[in-house]
Amino acid sequence: MKIEGQVRIPSGCAIAAVISRDGNRMPGATIIKAMKPMHDRSNGLGGGFAGYGIYPEYRDFYALHMFFDERATRKSCETFLKERFEIVKSEIMPTRKIPAITDEPILWRYFVAPLKSVLRDLQLDEKEFVARTVMKINTEMKGAYVFSSGKNMGTFKAVGFPEDVGAFYRLEEYEGYSWTAHGRYPTNTPGWWGGAHPFTLLDWSIVHNGEISSYDANRRFIEMFGYKCTLQTDTEVITYMMDYLLRVKGLTLSEAASVIAAPFWSTIQGKADLEEKNKLTYLRTIFSSLLITGPFSIVLGFNGGLMALNDRLKLRSMVVGEKGDRVFIASEEAAIRTMEPSAERVWAPAGGEPVIIQVKDGAY
Amino acid sequence: MLLDARDLDYKALNDHLRSAQGDCSITGCCGQRFIGAGMSDKNISIEGVPGNALGAYLNGGTITVNANAQDAVGDTMNAGRIVVHGNIGDAAGYAMRGGKIFVKGNAGYRAGIHMKAYEDKIPVMVIGGTAGSFLGEYQAGGVIVVLGLHAKAEEIVGFFPCTGMHGGKMFLRSDCRNVVFPDQVTVRPAGETDLEELREYVAEYCALFGEDLGGVLASPFTVVTPDTKNPYKQMYVAN
Repeated sequence: MKIEGQVRIPSGCAIAAVISRDGNRMPGATIIKAMKPMHDRSNGLGGGFAGYGIYPEYRDFYALHMFFDERATRKSCETFLKERFEIVKSEIMPTRKIPAITDEPILWRYFVAPLKSVLRDLQLDEKEFVARTVMKINTEMKGAYVFSSGKNMGTFKAVGFPEDVGAFYRLEEYEGYSWTAHGRYPTNTPGWWGGAHPFTLLDWSIVHNGEISSYDANRRFIEMFGYKCTLQTDTEVITYMMDYLLRVKGLTLSEAASVIAAPFWSTIQGKADLEEKNKLTYLRTIFSSLLITGPFSIVLGFNGGLMALNDRLKLRSMVVGEKGDRVFIASEEAAIRTMEPSAERVWAPAGGEPVIIQVKDGAY
Repeated sequence: MLLDARDLDYKALNDHLRSAQGDCSITGCCGQRFIGAGMSDKNISIEGVPGNALGAYLNGGTITVNANAQDAVGDTMNAGRIVVHGNIGDAAGYAMRGGKIFVKGNAGYRAGIHMKAYEDKIPVMVIGGTAGSFLGEYQAGGVIVVLGLHAKAEEIVGFFPCTGMHGGKMFLRSDCRNVVFPDQVTVRPAGETDLEELREYVAEYCALFGEDLGGVLASPFTVVTPDTKNPYKQMYVAN
């Protein structure tokens, strides 16, 4: 059987997300429930979640969630990590044996801080160093894969239906101020857990419903900047594009949205606001290789917020709703109603119109 | 018959509906797909949010939704009526060739995509609020009406309405001054005969949702039809 990276797998999928603007923490059970009415959007070949604010006791440490194929790989990877990081905690990830989830790799997590001396020698800032280390492990260390590498957040993913994946990882035992979720419907055979969503780098996580047609153009561009796409999965390249635009280039969230879901030239031409028109022209020109074509609806998670975005033609569905301090996003309204039956202001954002929700300063 | 959908998946719910005698009321609906698919013998009313492809291939009777509906409402429907007391998602009335869809609120993208008509079958979709981009994309027949009632948006339709339209008719309750249409359609203010035709559709909408017919019709309407003098030709290659 071919595994991720050897075969390209287009997907259908379901996404959902919830965030508390006040930073109130919600149990993982909330987001698991949201995936149930969308069960038929997935086919059991991938499910996953990202939770933010789930590790307050280790908030200053990078939480590395890892898959290993065997004990020896873990041992050699730990040797590698110890040369670069202070490891304050190393443990097997808590899981629950259930019949629906089988063939799990070795699941381990580490809470780490980069060694100051190493950072000084390499003249790198902390995030760049962690990002490069993740790339190095994922491309060079056979049998080891980092699937989550942010602070005070974590990704949980597997081959299975999302509700089973949530039960497997005991998500009801975690509490986060925001959660994202994904159910996958690949039309080919995925062999491996790494191909499930969310895809992450540092605290960026992406869940994606769609199938982008610009994958190779985007990949060729982004790989010039040190990113390595190992899985032939379009969502992976979107994650690295967002890291590049937001962290490396310092764009705002809405600017990044105008790059990846740029308005049509005819729409830009019709803009009455000259400043906006010039800005959109500039972004589309400078980052033309980062335009994403083809259908997508994504939720980008990061420390302190979420951004939801549709492709400019809106070839996938996405609905947003609110209740009190909470905002809900999902492929279907039914998922929002499952989380909050009395959700208000339920609406469908236009294609290319980013919905950005941020937690109040100091509340996360 | 009263059906509690809370613990039913779409298959079980539709099995119950099919075997039920007479009209049905569904409560606790939450995302079950294909409700009423292909049915022709009963009226169905729904509390809660029905799933995608509500009333697909519908062939008679009325489906009433007392909330919002999701994507692909009335996909390929042939007859009957779907009434939504809220908004609808994308691709409503996809390829429908008969029957009527009435939406109290707004429609998402691609409403009426590839609607068609056949002999005495003329589908009608009336959207009370606004419609998203690509309204009536590839429309081949039937009638689409957008009223823009109680709308906060500047425009009654999003971008690129009537792209690829080659049949049927569209009524927009607006002068459409700032709406850009493709070259292959004719855009004109509604005339006497147009308004006469329109009255029938709008009257049914107003009766369903309690709007004032005279007030709704008092605004200017724009009519869009394909321009048969400027058909789609040589769009891709000059041969």
